[in-house]
Amino acid sequence: MTRNSRFVISMLVFGYAFLYIPLLSVVVYSFNDSRLATVWGGFSTRWYGELLKNEQITSALFLSLKIGVTAATLATLFGTIAGIALARFGRFRSRSLFTGLVLSPMVMPEVITGLALLLLFVSLQQLIGWPGQRGFGTITIAHTTFAIAYVAVIVQSRLSAMDESLEEAAMDLGGRPFRVMIDITLPLIAPAMLAGWLLAFTLSLDDLVLASFVSGPGGSTLPMLIFSKVKLGVTPDINALATLIIVFISVGVLIAWSIARRMGKDSSG
Amino acid sequence: MTVDNETHAFIELRNVSKHFGDFVAVDSVNLRIEKGELFSILGGSGCGKTTLLRMLAGFEEPTSGRIFLDGVDITDQPPYERPVNMMFQSYAIFPHMTVEKNIAYGLHKDRLPKDEIEDRVGNMLKLVKMESLAKRKPDQLSGGQRQRVALARSLVKNPKVLLLDEPLAALDKKLREHTQFELMNIQDKLGITFVVVTHDQEEAMILSTRIAVMEKGRFEQIGKPKVVYEYPENRFVADFIGTINTFDGVVQDAQSGRVIIASDESGASLYALSDSPPAKGSAVCVAVRPEKIYISQNRPDNSEDVCLPGVIEDLGYFGNISLYRVRLETGKIVLVSAQNRQRTIDRTLEWDDEIFISWRPRSTVILAE
Repeated sequence: MTRNSRFVISMLVFGYAFLYIPLLSVVVYSFNDSRLATVWGGFSTRWYGELLKNEQITSALFLSLKIGVTAATLATLFGTIAGIALARFGRFRSRSLFTGLVLSPMVMPEVITGLALLLLFVSLQQLIGWPGQRGFGTITIAHTTFAIAYVAVIVQSRLSAMDESLEEAAMDLGGRPFRVMIDITLPLIAPAMLAGWLLAFTLSLDDLVLASFVSGPGGSTLPMLIFSKVKLGVTPDINALATLIIVFISVGVLIAWSIARRMGKDSSG
Repeated sequence: MTVDNETHAFIELRNVSKHFGDFVAVDSVNLRIEKGELFSILGGSGCGKTTLLRMLAGFEEPTSGRIFLDGVDITDQPPYERPVNMMFQSYAIFPHMTVEKNIAYGLHKDRLPKDEIEDRVGNMLKLVKMESLAKRKPDQLSGGQRQRVALARSLVKNPKVLLLDEPLAALDKKLREHTQFELMNIQDKLGITFVVVTHDQEEAMILSTRIAVMEKGRFEQIGKPKVVYEYPENRFVADFIGTINTFDGVVQDAQSGRVIIASDESGASLYALSDSPPAKGSAVCVAVRPEKIYISQNRPDNSEDVCLPGVIEDLGYFGNISLYRVRLETGKIVLVSAQNRQRTIDRTLEWDDEIFISWRPRSTVILAE
């Protein structure tokens, strides 16, 4: 029993070490005073200061956040509508085709989606003159497109777990279908929508491939910038940036998790 | 909305059918329910009873036929416009609202003034004895409490008809018995017409003024609980409600209301009373309920009664009654139940005892096939 549990514990430690030591080393080296990213030269927070002064990085970060928020919001809107249609409209005609079309961006290789979107944007520009410049708009559309699928799946699974007679009861008590959606359906799927928004936001913040395809000159997102900088060697300010992103995402996930837990408790009964 | 003057029943279904693809859930059903009734629709799963209820509520549209309520054709009205409320089997209590807000929901949709809503919600809470739990969230309630919230919520709008889908199925036995009587009291107090769907025949018997026994989308019999139990019209109803012993036989003689039936299964002639006896020589099914049969060690001397010799094959002691499985000479098994009137530990009847079973001719039911 002891040997067994020792084995289990060492596997656990090894597993976590494998996952987190790389992240930890990034955090540790972000406080490195040395200009060389891999040589320890004493503790310092100078790279965080440098980071703020680097306009290239701050503008890329701002662009990424702007795209993330917009794309996540749009994807949550459309994804929720699609999820409701999938879970509540029964067996309407061409339902399986609709399901396939909604969910296919999840399994489509990003390279292909990216290429297809780029071709679309280029030919649209030739036809109607829009989009004149590729950047915020095109990346947002690209991110929305594939994030819809994730939101739809989350909302749909939440709805299928929910008792359909809740909505019927509200209708029976005099609620018109639209009111019932506002009063009953939306509050109950709100945790799923929040989870979907956060997932969409993270996916957008994380994406390199799609953004690289559909972006134009001057429209560099944070991952694109990091990727291009790393090609010239890892600099300590990138470590500082990565640390900030880790902290930001951890806090965000913790908040989302606690909200979802509280709302989930409300609606579980 | 058309007002129909021909109909006088409070709820009337005319040739109502519901098809789901090829499956016929409800098969051109006619039904009249009077005002103030506590009407039960009783049937096994898949018999169409829930579909029928959902058509009354407006969640399903009949494939054909019309539904009238208080003289008004409501067939095409959506659920939110019908003066009908429903208590769902799952109770469907809104999990994100307090008890109070759940009950008030329907009144808010009617845009009633605030103090009237408060008044009526308060009265309902009192009626179902939930005043002290008004601010609770549903996940802090027990099953019985949730049932009462659901009941209050469906009654607060003062509907013309309350539909109840298996209202007691989710409660445990003791609570169910208690709640049955509470439901009847509330119905009596408010005078609202109740239509109950249930698969539990005991529940239907106790609650209802009338019962409709449903099978394969059609009504097999509609009548008062006593009539349905004591005078089942056919084999299905007799079998479905309670326990019954059946014998196949041929009418030998029918004179002045007294029918004599010969049966290979009983081994002796069976007697029945009937105002409209079947013709001589016709094949019939004869039935008798276990509690109508006497069991004795000696042959009873009343020659008017049906009397058959047999052997006790099995017996079960239930406390209040004893149940006997008696094997006749023909091999047929007959169920007999007897009240345990004496307080005694000694058993008078034992396994393999040779006994006689007998019953009055008027207890015999002649069933249509």
